[in-house]
Amino acid sequence: MNSLQQSKYFAGAIIISLIISIFFLWLVDAPLVETAKLLVEGAFGTNQRIGDTSMIWVPLLLASASLVVTFSAGLWNIGVEGQIVAGAVAATFIAREVEGSTVVVLALMVIGGFVGGALWGLLVGVLRVKGGVNEIFGGIGLNFVATGLIVYLVIGPWSREGVASTGGTEPFRAEAWFPTIDGLRASPLALVIAFLALASVMFLLSRTNFGLRLRATGKNSLAANRFGIATSRYLLMAFIIGGGIAGLAGVTQAGAVYHRLVPSISGGYGFLAILIVLLARFRGLWVIPIALFFATIAMGSFQWQLRLGLHSALGGVIQGVLVLSVVLVMGYREVRQLRQQSISRNDTTS
Amino acid sequence: MNAATFAIIIASATPLIFAAIGETITEKAGVVNLSLDGSMLLSAMTGFAIAYTSGSVELGLLAGMATSAFVAFVVAFGGIRLRLNQIAIGLILTYFATKLSALLGGDFVRKPGPSVQKMSLPGLEDIPFFGEVLFQQNPLVYFSFFLIIVSFWFIFHTRRGLDLQAVGERPEAAFARGIRVNTLRYFYTVLGGAFVGLGGAAFSLDAKMGWSEGHIANYGWIALAIVIFGGWHPLRVAFGCYLFGAIQIVALKMQPTLPDLAQVLPIAPFPLMILTLVFLNMRVVQSFTLRFKGIGRLIRGTAPTALGESFWPD
Repeated sequence: MNSLQQSKYFAGAIIISLIISIFFLWLVDAPLVETAKLLVEGAFGTNQRIGDTSMIWVPLLLASASLVVTFSAGLWNIGVEGQIVAGAVAATFIAREVEGSTVVVLALMVIGGFVGGALWGLLVGVLRVKGGVNEIFGGIGLNFVATGLIVYLVIGPWSREGVASTGGTEPFRAEAWFPTIDGLRASPLALVIAFLALASVMFLLSRTNFGLRLRATGKNSLAANRFGIATSRYLLMAFIIGGGIAGLAGVTQAGAVYHRLVPSISGGYGFLAILIVLLARFRGLWVIPIALFFATIAMGSFQWQLRLGLHSALGGVIQGVLVLSVVLVMGYREVRQLRQQSISRNDTTS
Repeated sequence: MNAATFAIIIASATPLIFAAIGETITEKAGVVNLSLDGSMLLSAMTGFAIAYTSGSVELGLLAGMATSAFVAFVVAFGGIRLRLNQIAIGLILTYFATKLSALLGGDFVRKPGPSVQKMSLPGLEDIPFFGEVLFQQNPLVYFSFFLIIVSFWFIFHTRRGLDLQAVGERPEAAFARGIRVNTLRYFYTVLGGAFVGLGGAAFSLDAKMGWSEGHIANYGWIALAIVIFGGWHPLRVAFGCYLFGAIQIVALKMQPTLPDLAQVLPIAPFPLMILTLVFLNMRVVQSFTLRFKGIGRLIRGTAPTALGESFWPD
């Protein structure tokens, strides 16, 4: 594997995506320099904005960490959105029901959210392992169910006094709010949780026997099985751990961002994380800068809409262009390399 | 339920028929185009935008078909030529096409535009009950009937259809028989994509008239689910679409009397699909379907063996 050549192709992909992005900016009459300036200013211009950017970074990091686990086991866990919702619902339940000091309530919310997400993930896993339902469709199906559940809770049993609207539940009591830095909306605790989760995932996968077996299951399930690994047990464990970590994203969304339960609690970050992980090629360390960049674009998009009147979907289009270019170009590189190898092999044999 | 209700069910299921049959054709060839949810949004948008600016519904439908055919081409290029994971490329395109439809469709949101006109079929429309249900519709609906029957006949009863199945089931064997596996896969992926696009445009020019952001979100996933539910068989896929249409209409009718249940019913197809798959995979059911081949073939469906795998003759 020639890493210099690899980075050359990667740089080429970035340039291609930049050119296509500029084309789209030109298409919607966006002033280029101003747009670029607002991207940086929008995400890092003031302390408040740095804080807000970090609060988009958090769920992206968590959802990506979750996906790294399930991808390592060879699973396409599209159900990550539903697992975020399940975590948020569990955390909301605890925030509503448990009385106590902030430490107790928050600790229980984190544990409860992990368990909620893990159970929702396990459901996808059981459907796959026992029911023969492909995890992609089991996951998407359960995303729909989770959306139904959260809408039902928000307009039904957990609706605000006298109002049954999809706007959200009553705000949590102060004990269930993640502590923030003075004057900012950012919560360092949420950031710490995100990084701890990602670090644990990387440690688990690369440094433990469990991780080795999980990856073996993902690489070649049949061979792993012959080798004596109970593959279905490892698949279920991947769903439990991955679901739990996605559930944590639900906890921070409910406890540190909205301070209540809203139907759109997942913010689509689960799906966006799939793109992040694909771009990072499933490597945990790469997730960190890519997730930050995606959070930057999300924040920039707000400013583009606010100050330049551009469409809010512009940021998403640029993210899509970037991932699509990189994945296609890297695929092209690999195919070319394979062909060159087979040519040189033929040369030596003849 | 009277004839009028059935007629509405048939009409409202029509876009899904196009999308689900299109995806069935693609998957039969061994390629999974997972981009449907975004692809249909994009073709609904381009279809409406072109019809709105040109005033021609036909041009709009063609534009929709071309849009999703192109998205499908990217899936085929990535999955076949570059040997990328088809699920990965499909998910990326889902996201990208969704956002792109919102960005480019901004100027057309909630504008009144042209739509497909009703056209009763003389003679057939007078058949009691069936005339009103089936033949007092618009040309798109008639084309969906045609597509269901022709795709069924083509896949299972023609030589080329057998080639199509061979490419999706056992590409090595097909290749050994002289079938150009990857060429056929390209062709059927793009063809299937064109029908997916027709489905998207049929939403914005007929069933849901008009365009707004995220206008038909989730219908792509529903179409993909119905393909599995229908066991990759055009007739059963069509049945799945009509069943889904019926559930939606029932939910709509119950809105005033049972608002809670009406909220939940739109998501019902998904649990229903999952339960069906679990049921069909139960050991008792499996041995039953193996024993009674006739009924077994009717209710069981298995994915094409080489679905989602790239094929490289070397």
